[in-house]
Amino acid sequence: MNTKQPDTILEFNNVSKHFGGVKAVRNCSFYVKKGQITGLIGPNGAGKTTAFNLITGLLKTNSGNIIFMNEDITDKPTHYIANKGLARTFQKVRLFDNLTIEENLLLAKHHPGENFFKSFFFTRKPSKSLLKKVKQVVNLVGLTKPLSTLTSELSYGQKRLVELARALMMDYKLLMLDEPTAGVNPFIRKRLKVLLRKLRSQGKTILLIEHDMDFVMSLSDEVIVLDAGKKLMADKPGKVRKNKKVLEAYLGK
Amino acid sequence: MIEAYLIHILILICIYIVLAVSLDLTVGFAGMLNMGHVAFFGIGAYTSALLTLGGTPFLPALIAGAIMAGIAGFVLSLPTTKLKGDYLAVATLGFAFIIESVLKNWVSLTRGPLGLPGIPRPEFFGITVSSQLGYLIFSAVVMAICVFLIVRVEKSPFGRMLEATRDDEVAASTLGKDVYKTKAIALTVSAFFAGIAGSLYAHYISFIDPTTFSLLEVILLFSIIIVGGLGSSKGAIVGAIILLILPEPLRFLGFPSSIVGPARQILYALILLLILYFRPKGIFGRVELGES
Ligand SMILES: Nc1ncnc2c1ncn2[C@@H]1O[C@H](COP(=O)(O)OP(=O)(O)OP(=O)(O)O)[C@@H](O)[C@H]1O
Ligand SMILES: [Mg+2]
Repeated sequence: MNTKQPDTILEFNNVSKHFGGVKAVRNCSFYVKKGQITGLIGPNGAGKTTAFNLITGLLKTNSGNIIFMNEDITDKPTHYIANKGLARTFQKVRLFDNLTIEENLLLAKHHPGENFFKSFFFTRKPSKSLLKKVKQVVNLVGLTKPLSTLTSELSYGQKRLVELARALMMDYKLLMLDEPTAGVNPFIRKRLKVLLRKLRSQGKTILLIEHDMDFVMSLSDEVIVLDAGKKLMADKPGKVRKNKKVLEAYLGK
Repeated sequence: MIEAYLIHILILICIYIVLAVSLDLTVGFAGMLNMGHVAFFGIGAYTSALLTLGGTPFLPALIAGAIMAGIAGFVLSLPTTKLKGDYLAVATLGFAFIIESVLKNWVSLTRGPLGLPGIPRPEFFGITVSSQLGYLIFSAVVMAICVFLIVRVEKSPFGRMLEATRDDEVAASTLGKDVYKTKAIALTVSAFFAGIAGSLYAHYISFIDPTTFSLLEVILLFSIIIVGGLGSSKGAIVGAIILLILPEPLRFLGFPSSIVGPARQILYALILLLILYFRPKGIFGRVELGES
């Protein structure tokens, strides 16, 4: 289980990352299969977010390599990796707080007027089709605030939805979510579950970090367990749930 | 007499509007604590002055001044776009210090502290802008063109990308935006327009020396954009008007000029502190300095 397959979209090969003396990720390997939801779990400090940051190029690896869609993206610039089709959200929400919901979402799409020399000929007003896409994504995540709301005025839960919507606006091949249910109410949590299932049924690939066990176990096709920077195991949710080592890692021996 | 004085103030206001609106492109829009603006102002002024003194016609000299300043902005962006907040401020301030000292010490080119006298008034298409009023009209037109272009950029999708970079660089890069390139362009363009302001200044005053482009000027420029409000060209314009007019009464109180100069600096610093304390977003601003 969890080896390289023909339909692997992301390979995390023997990657290590330390911060001074802290070995956050230790010679760790895992694989993400196309078209399914992969859960990434593990106790606090296991290295899950660090793995995300390594994959998205926000952190540089100490060793190992990362392959995304058959291309070695190890230590490539973040924007390059994103443009290859990698969308992500953050454990601690990161929005453009002085911009509106609409502008936050529009930024996920590239616009010809983002080229400086062409910028003189474009305003920020979105095309009809783009605005339609924005509205569609906003509805999809269940965001009810007017699009002209500054994101600094939103509640935490709403901010998370905007961040998710922004990621969904991208032309992504792999969607990586870092604890999407943290700090959101049970109603939105349920909605999120339905949404992620729907995305999977549309053929999307999702890598999901989650502490809510019911949530991640009921959604995932495969669950990878990290502990102290290493892969402890990877298997079907049912198997992972019953595994003694996993229980020990979470509860401490 | 009073008319000449008024026109003088208005011309300076035009020049400072160009400086402030272009500075706000980096500080207010890209979120870069760019303390080096005065250096680009100086580079534009000296380039344009030296070229015309050497016989180059005015318009090519003006454009050369802007391009030289733009190149300097681009060069400064290379080592600094990866720096954050305070570090960027210190690095750009250091740059301004270096340029000031080059102007002072490269005597064979700049005549050092003696300065450059006799900078000719603009002459183009057979017109010589020699009267005060003529120069006011000329600077107002140049100012309007500069402001129009900068505002156009700010209101474009490129401007939105600048704002995204300001609000959260990491998030912008995960959306596929090359934030370092974006910031480098912002600094280059901002410097380019400061160069135009420099040329406007040099050919108006007709004498420049390194003290005109000293670090003290940075305080005035920051006061202008902070009072007006960051991330707002309207704010930069109103800020320039307010800060250039406010210290003028000092002249008429009969103080000796050795006091008027320092008193003016104190006044700027005071206004800056008051605004930061009571209205940190300035008059029209939407963002606070170093908020994110
Ligand atoms: N930028 C950093 N500098 C120093 N240490 C870091 C940094 N980022 C993470 N760490 C350390 O690396 C280890 C792994 O952290 P990481 O955030 O990846 O864990 P996690 O699995 O996401 O945990 P959680 O479930 O609490 O979010 C922790 O010990 C953490 O303190
Ligand atoms: Mg984490």
